[in-house]
Order: sequence, then C-alpha cells, then structure tokens
Amino acid sequence: MATAVDRSPLDSKTEDELWLRVYRRMVTIRLFEEQVNDLYTRALMPGLAHLYIGEEGVAVGICEALRPDDYITSTHRGHGHCLAKGATPDRMFAELLGKEAGYCKGKGGSMHIADPATGNLGANAIVGGSAGIATGAAFSAKRLGTGQVSVCFFGEGALGQGSLYEVMNMASLWKLPVVYVCENNLYNEYTHFSEVTAGDILARGTAFGLESEAVDGQDVRAVHATAKRLVERARRGEGPALLLANTYRYHGHHVGDVSRDYYRSKQEEQQWKSERDPIQILSAWLTAQKLADAASLGQIQAEAKAEIDQAVQFATAAPYPGVDKVAQDVYAGE
Amino acid sequence: MPGSNGRELTLAQAIREALAEEMRRDSRVFILGEDIAEAGHPFKVLTGLVEEFGTDRVLDTPISEAGFTGVAVGAAMTGLRPVVDIMFGDFVTLTMDQMVNQAAKVHYMSGGKWKVPMVLRTTLGATRRSAAQHSQSLHAWFCHVPGLKVVLPSTPYDAKGLLKTAIRDENPVAFFEDKMMYRLKGPVPEEEYTIPFGVADIKRAGDDITIVATSSMVQVALGAAKLLEEAGISAEVIDPRTLWPLDEKTLIESAKKTSRVIVMDEGYGRYGVVAEIASVIAEGAFFDLEAPVKKMGAMHVPIPFSPPLEDATVPTEQSVFDAARAMCG
Ligand SMILES: Cc1ncc(C[n+]2csc(CCOP(=O)(O)OP(=O)(O)O)c2C)c(N)n1
Repeated sequence: MATAVDRSPLDSKTEDELWLRVYRRMVTIRLFEEQVNDLYTRALMPGLAHLYIGEEGVAVGICEALRPDDYITSTHRGHGHCLAKGATPDRMFAELLGKEAGYCKGKGGSMHIADPATGNLGANAIVGGSAGIATGAAFSAKRLGTGQVSVCFFGEGALGQGSLYEVMNMASLWKLPVVYVCENNLYNEYTHFSEVTAGDILARGTAFGLESEAVDGQDVRAVHATAKRLVERARRGEGPALLLANTYRYHGHHVGDVSRDYYRSKQEEQQWKSERDPIQILSAWLTAQKLADAASLGQIQAEAKAEIDQAVQFATAAPYPGVDKVAQDVYAGE
Repeated sequence: MPGSNGRELTLAQAIREALAEEMRRDSRVFILGEDIAEAGHPFKVLTGLVEEFGTDRVLDTPISEAGFTGVAVGAAMTGLRPVVDIMFGDFVTLTMDQMVNQAAKVHYMSGGKWKVPMVLRTTLGATRRSAAQHSQSLHAWFCHVPGLKVVLPSTPYDAKGLLKTAIRDENPVAFFEDKMMYRLKGPVPEEEYTIPFGVADIKRAGDDITIVATSSMVQVALGAAKLLEEAGISAEVIDPRTLWPLDEKTLIESAKKTSRVIVMDEGYGRYGVVAEIASVIAEGAFFDLEAPVKKMGAMHVPIPFSPPLEDATVPTEQSVFDAARAMCG
C-alpha cells in the first residue's frame, strides 16, 4: 500500500505539528490501554475490557481527518476511538471504574462511552448495532445542512450483520455523508474472519455504490490520507464510503483472553508487534524526516504517561454515584 | 372532551391530521417507512401527506425495518424527530434490536446526554383474516423494556391527541393502532389539543364491575357493558390509553369502588398486558375485591386463518358478558 501523503493543503509547520500530535495521541491510547490492562489484572476494574492496542493508527488517522463536530459511533473495542475523537483520559477512566465523574455518570462503562461535546454518539456493545445510528446522524447532517460527516467504526465481525447492508443501501440511495470504517483485526473474538466471511469485503461496499477502499491500518499516514479523501468527498455531498483498514489487536479479545494458542500463534503476534507496529512505523518516519529524535519522542511519551497517571489517580479517588441515581435517566425530561 | 361541534373523523383521518399538524408545527418531524409516500400506506392512513410535505419528509424506504428504524434512532439523536412507520405490527420483530438495545438505552447509558425523540407507529389486532404473520398484537414486548413508552389509542379523539403528545415527547414511543379500527368514526374537534401520557380515560361509568380494556378491546367492552346493563349489571369501562406510563391510580380506585375487575387486551394473555394490569390491581385493591381479577387476552395460539378459528382467539362481547355475569352472580 502506497504511503504517499498529500502535503498540498498544509504548510510544513502545521504538517509537522499534525504528525507530532498524531504521535502523542497514539502513545496516549496505548498507555491508556496498558493501564486498563494493569487495573484489570490487579482486580481494580470491574467488568471486562477490549483493548485497542495495535490498532491505534486507525482511530487516530481517521479522527484527525474529522471536524470536532463530526460524528462517530464506536464499538465494544472503543477506548481508542473515543480518545482519538477528543475524550480525556480522566473522565474515561472514571467511566471505566463506574464513577459519577465518568462520561456517562458510570452508567455506561467501558463499552458505552458517549459524549456529545466531541461528537461521540456512543460506543455500542451490539456487534454492528451502531450502523443505523451513524447513518441516521448522517441523515440529520444532510437534512439540516450542517456539513457534518458521520463515521461508523466497526470490526470485521459486523460484516455478518444484515442491518449493515440495509443502511449502506439507504446511505447510497440518499447520498448520505457517512464513512463506514471496517477495522479488520483478523479475528471475530476467537475465530479467524476468513472462516466466516465469504467473498471480497470491498465488493460488498461497491455493490451498493459506496466508494470503497482498503488501507494499511498500521500506517497512520496512509490511513489519514485515505480517510481525508473519503471524508471530504462525503462532506461535499458525493456520497458514502467504505474504508477497510487492515490491522491487528495485540492482546486477547478481552483482557481475560490470555491463552490464545488455539486460535492464533505467538509467532503471528510477535511478527505484527515487531514488524507492523503503528507507533514504531510513525516514529521511524518522524526520525527519518528529522521531525523528531529519540529525546523529543521520549519527552512526548513522558508527558503522556504523566497525563495517564494523573487520570488514574483522579478516577480512583472519584466517588461512585449514589444508589439514589439508579433510576435516574431512564427517561428524558423526568 | 372539548366540544367537537359535530365534526367526526375516522381513526385513520385523526392519525393523518395529527401527523400533518405536527409536521406543519415542527420542520424537524418527518415520516419514514415502506409505501408511505405516493401510496399513502397500504391502509391509506397517510394519503395526501406527501403532496403537502414532499418526499423529503414522507420518505419511502427499502423493505429494511431494522435498517430504517436504526436510521431513525440516529436521526432522533442528532436533531430530527422521526416517525417510523412499520406496516404491520408483526414486523416489529425486525426492529427489536434497534428499539430495545439502542433507542431504549441511549439516554440511560449515556448518563442522560443523548436523547432519542422518535415515534414508532404500527398496528395490532386480529380478525382481518390475515393469518399468523399479519395479525399479532405484540405491544407487550415494548412495555417490558425500560426507556420506551407505549401508547394504544381506542378512539379517533384519543389517537389524535396521543400521537401529537408522542411526537413532542423526548423519548422513544411505540404507538399501536388497531387496523380494524381505522374506519371507526368519532368526534374530533377542530381546535388544537393534546392528551397527556399516563392518564386513563373512563369510557363509561359504572358501579358493579370494572372492565379495563385497551385499543380494540374498548369497543368490545362497551358492547358487553350494554348487554350487562340490560341484565341489571352496571359496568365501568376504563381505557389506560398508555401502557407505560400506566395510570395505576385510576385503575385501582375503580377496582376499589366496584370490587370486581376484568382486564382485556388483544395481546397474548400469558405474561402479557392483562397479567401486568391484573397484578397491579390485585396488589393495590386486594382487600376491596370480591373476586379474583379476570384476565381476557388473545388465546395462546398463533392466529389461525380460518374465520371461525380466528374468531375464537379473541374476547367477544358475549364472552365478556358471560365472565362478568359469573363474577357478579
Ligand atoms: C449482536 C452480537 N453478537 C455477538 C456478540 C458477542 N461478541 C462481542 S465482540 C464479538 C466479536 C466481534 O468481532 P469484531 O466485530 O471483528 O470486533 P473486534 O472484537 O475484533 O474488534 C462478539 C461475537 C455481540 N456483542 N453482539
């Protein structure tokens, strides 16, 4: 996959800032997820969590191509999408720990972060469950003439859900500004996608008239360039798109999935980590371009680490919601 | 009811008038569903709306109930007020993930930050000889889910006022219309009105027995009440109008007054609306009751095609009369 990045709309200074910001975001997501893993394994976090480690380039590359008021919908593996769209680690951690200060007052948890302020319509724990919502948000954007674009993140497992194709059909018929982003990390839980996915994935998009492209999800610059093109095309009213981002999750399906030999080899995992790591790929490029060196990248990592540590402290100290809140928010306006 | 000055509308006309008025009042309101624009819906409930509002606001969709209900959820969250049309109530099965896992939960899961102001309109009711996949009354499914409101009008007047309230509500509302009642006529005033949710209506006052009835069963209850009157029994007929929120107070007060209660609903009796309302009354009026609360729902079978079989599956004036007589005996 070519990695040429269109430099024309940016002057070099903002371009440099962009890639350093992208680097910081990707590192923040990785550190956030490592911290989640740590909290969970020390039994400090309730429930379960699906880590995004290894896939950071997809969320960050795409969200950097979005306006703050553009919409996203996310999945059970959603921490990276939410952070990339502008959520802050402190309130994210608070939500993961079920605290009142969390984005959803502790009522959503790891799989349901939502935040109108950053255009996040919500992470969805029904596989494929948010395709309608993302398409509906694009419908509103078009009807109300706001110029917003809606991005629907989903794992390749959602390719098995019929409603995805129902809404792709409508998005194409009605020329809605929505980009469907399929993050193919190769596994639906514990089953290789090729065992359950027939034919050509991109052909499913082209069949409905969607502009359909694949990209190397480990190369954030390639993701960003492709996303930018598809997002701006949608914003201009030229219709929806399907972006297939090929990627890999380093950890288990969820934090408790530690013995994985029966569905994938350690060697496969190691190969992705050493050869296809999105953060390493970007830092090598930044260094080669002399946009950064080991010291400046180390500085960014240290700052991100400090932010995560502070966020965990904040969330750990934050109070749980009072039990009197349990029946609040079932209905709006009551 | 305010004076209607003699104006009468059918239930279908009342629904259409409510939609038209709300679409004129609020440009965010739009309708989407199958065959609803130029066709005006197979039951012709929506005839004329596309001429006034255009195909942007009366939107023909593909035959994709899950998909377009999902689109409505997203549109409702982001500034529009969709009214989803599901052609037959039986097809709500295809919308259940969007209604139950998405629409009903978005507000709660987001800690009150995102709202889903949408209406899903559909039908209920048997005896149209449409067999098992076009005759069910599945509204109880929606009553079971926190986050949804459920409305069942039984007259043109109620249908119009309740639908306007549903469209203005900030929450997802499931609105069930009895397809056999679309041609039922009743007074509907010219002037603007709405009917609040959670307020039952006493359709007929009485002293000896209370018949709680919904939607299609209200007419049956009123017919039975007439027969009972001839037999010297005074029946009170109450229509809750909204199953959630439910006006428990009015139901319990009536039960305390008459001391005998029949609950009727065209959904299945087992684990259904009649079971829930019977338990509300049993808990709230136990010491004032002279007899166990009697449940009368649809028979627990798939709706058969053959007319004599189908007719046997729903309560009738005669079966209600017999039950009431036995209870008052
Ligand atoms: C409708 C539905 N079916 C099954 C599940 C259980 N489940 C949770 S995640 C998952 C696999 C999803 O795979 P994919 O969409 O590729 O996302 P990934 O976990 O790889 O990011 C399954 C089957 C679910 N949450 N929703």
